[in-house]
Amino acid sequence: MGDVSGDVFKALADPTRRAILDELTDRDGQTLFELCARLATKHGLGSSRQAVSQHVGVLTSAGLVSTRREGRYTFHHLDPAPLRELTRRWTGPHPEEDR
Amino acid sequence: MRITTMSVLVDDQARALRFYTEVLGFVTKQEIPLGEHSWLTVASPEDPDGTQISLEPDEHPAARPFKEALVADGIPFTSFGVDDVAAEYERLTALGVRFTQPPTDMGPVTTAVLDDTCGNLLQIAAMKG
Repeated sequence: MGDVSGDVFKALADPTRRAILDELTDRDGQTLFELCARLATKHGLGSSRQAVSQHVGVLTSAGLVSTRREGRYTFHHLDPAPLRELTRRWTGPHPEEDR
Repeated sequence: MRITTMSVLVDDQARALRFYTEVLGFVTKQEIPLGEHSWLTVASPEDPDGTQISLEPDEHPAARPFKEALVADGIPFTSFGVDDVAAEYERLTALGVRFTQPPTDMGPVTTAVLDDTCGNLLQIAAMKG
């Protein structure tokens, strides 16, 4: 398998990006506005909207967040699949799944 | 200097008047025909002589791209105060209103964000305590 985990580690290395994942875990499917408001009020992170948008872009590139257009709005969703892949990599597959 | 009138840019004054009065519950204050459009304002029934909202046509070429960019990012440009965000959410949802953000605890304030059907997102907010 190709090593795509580098992007995931880079994405997780930043505390603001981890806070974004925390808030999407709390409620999936948020607009950029709601994410920015949550980061400011619940985490004391005064990042600009542009900065938060860039953080979301890094998470999206790593496959941890997906973006969905619905009519005139854009919502952000958590995708834990890359994290499951990492867990499987080092905890090892179950013997019956091996090959 | 006092704040008498603020504006919301709407794509259709007739639809806006219905939504802001029949759904949100504001009252019509002024409706003065001015050629193609009207000088159209509403006010809160809880403060009928207070600040009016002008439901202003969004025909300027810059207005719609501005509104669309805000809505795409979920930004409510206008905010109204309510006593109970959860109760308003229930009432408005039952009337078919679309929310992009359900009632959410934002520290000192609880907020929710809804679509006004005229090209805008509106925030409703209640301060705690």
